[in-house]
Amino acid sequence: MVLLVLKWLRSRWLQILVHAGALIPLAWISWQYAQGLFLIDPVREITTFTGRGALILLLLMLACTPINTLFGFKQVLRLRRPLGLYAFIYASLHFATFVWLDYGFELGLLVEAVFAQRYVVVGFAAGLILLALAITSPRSVQKRLGKNWKLLHRLAYLAGILAIVHFAWLVKDIRVPLRYGAVLALLLVLRIPRVRKTLGSARHKLRKRLSSSFPSSP
Amino acid sequence: MTEIKPSEITPEHIYLSRRRFIKGAGALAASSLILAACGSPSSTPTASPTVLATPGAAPATSAFPPLSADADEMGADLTTYEAITNYCNFYEFTTNKEGVAELAQDFQTSPWTVQVGGLVHKPRTFDIDDLLKIEQEERVYRLRCVEAWSMVIPWVGFPLAKLLEQVEPMSQAKYVRFETLYDPEQMPGQSSRFYEWPYVEGLRMDEAMNDLATLATGIYGKSLLPQNGAPVRLVVPWKYGFKSIKSIVKIDLVEEMPTSLWMAAAPREYGFYANVNPEVAHPRWSQATERRIGQTRRIDTLLFNGYTDEVAHLYPDLSKREWFF
Repeated sequence: MVLLVLKWLRSRWLQILVHAGALIPLAWISWQYAQGLFLIDPVREITTFTGRGALILLLLMLACTPINTLFGFKQVLRLRRPLGLYAFIYASLHFATFVWLDYGFELGLLVEAVFAQRYVVVGFAAGLILLALAITSPRSVQKRLGKNWKLLHRLAYLAGILAIVHFAWLVKDIRVPLRYGAVLALLLVLRIPRVRKTLGSARHKLRKRLSSSFPSSP
Repeated sequence: MTEIKPSEITPEHIYLSRRRFIKGAGALAASSLILAACGSPSSTPTASPTVLATPGAAPATSAFPPLSADADEMGADLTTYEAITNYCNFYEFTTNKEGVAELAQDFQTSPWTVQVGGLVHKPRTFDIDDLLKIEQEERVYRLRCVEAWSMVIPWVGFPLAKLLEQVEPMSQAKYVRFETLYDPEQMPGQSSRFYEWPYVEGLRMDEAMNDLATLATGIYGKSLLPQNGAPVRLVVPWKYGFKSIKSIVKIDLVEEMPTSLWMAAAPREYGFYANVNPEVAHPRWSQATERRIGQTRRIDTLLFNGYTDEVAHLYPDLSKREWFF
């Protein structure tokens, strides 16, 4: 029995890490809010927490494929679905904070807020993409969409770009969004077919050389 | 919306004894009202994290009038001392508002001098004690940040005009230029080349002579803490908060319009005047509403932050965008 659990843990530890990493901070911030621990500007705290969370999860999801290309670490590919779904959940909470906690569902104020602030428009567009990807994420839908599924899910990169633009447009000091933007740019560069091929073959060569200089098996 | 000075209302001893009663009853009523109105658990004054500075952290100076107000002239409650001293935009330390207080706690504010010169007949370097000899008054003003949040702050200080009169400005002086201390050893944010340090701000001469333009040395009847711009800072409540330059070491009277740090960093977004106006949006966000720190619901932003009667005459043509960014 214990052995079975250990075996299960060993095969699933990355997934468990993702679930814990996404859910524990959410539980933590809900508790802090309920306890009234944000004394200064709770709306802003929750807005930045959920927004930053969504962006980090989205970038982690986009990092899975390049990680496999670079290090041949196949297990991370299975994390794309949960990471993407958690990014969508965080983005939804971010949106709910905006319309509910911040603007109290006041339609007039919200209309003004959307039209005077282009960062809202791009943020909303990024959210819609995540919604479309979340809806089409079950395996059954994936099968039904066939080739189109892959094309559709490439929009995740567009969502990432829009999220960075959203971030850069809403702050006074753009140094932090620029850092996130640099990470996204790097991930995009790693997707360029030529870069991908070069890195992939470099990895194979390196592995060959390592195995010939340190022969592990006779 | 005329400003009512506490001294104009009621003799102080009567005011204070009445206040003691109001304070007890009012605090209770106010907190239960807030709870009833929005059901926000965040408004409850329960556990306060230990990172917050506590009242009494700054010494009260004998020259200071004790705190007497509990609201601004519109009846809006004062923002708490904890919020004012723990939520600060002071990029010389860090861009993280909640991180400034800790990084600034060892900031040396004594000895401190303010060099006042330029186009004046009597240039002079003021010791901070010289400034404290000028009569200190309590002035409750709203502070509206360009990022669309606001506070109500009981400052202690004196009109900037009183200092300028002492150095006798020449007739060619058209603007006042202020400069913050430059000391990257003490202010880690200044080691970044992203901005052109030191922080510079400016006022037109008539703005500087307006009675609302204040040099603040304290809040809540106590000396300023470093995170709020100790030992002396500008307060211009009808303008966005970034105009209210902190930790001033130099004041020059000049003929040309000074270029502020924000004008240099983003000329399309931040101009010289930066008067509050809900109708004129920042290029990237709306200025129509604001979130008052300590409240959950947004409130409408007011033209000149509610100080129209005092300052509107300085800006004859309200349709000029130049006044409002």
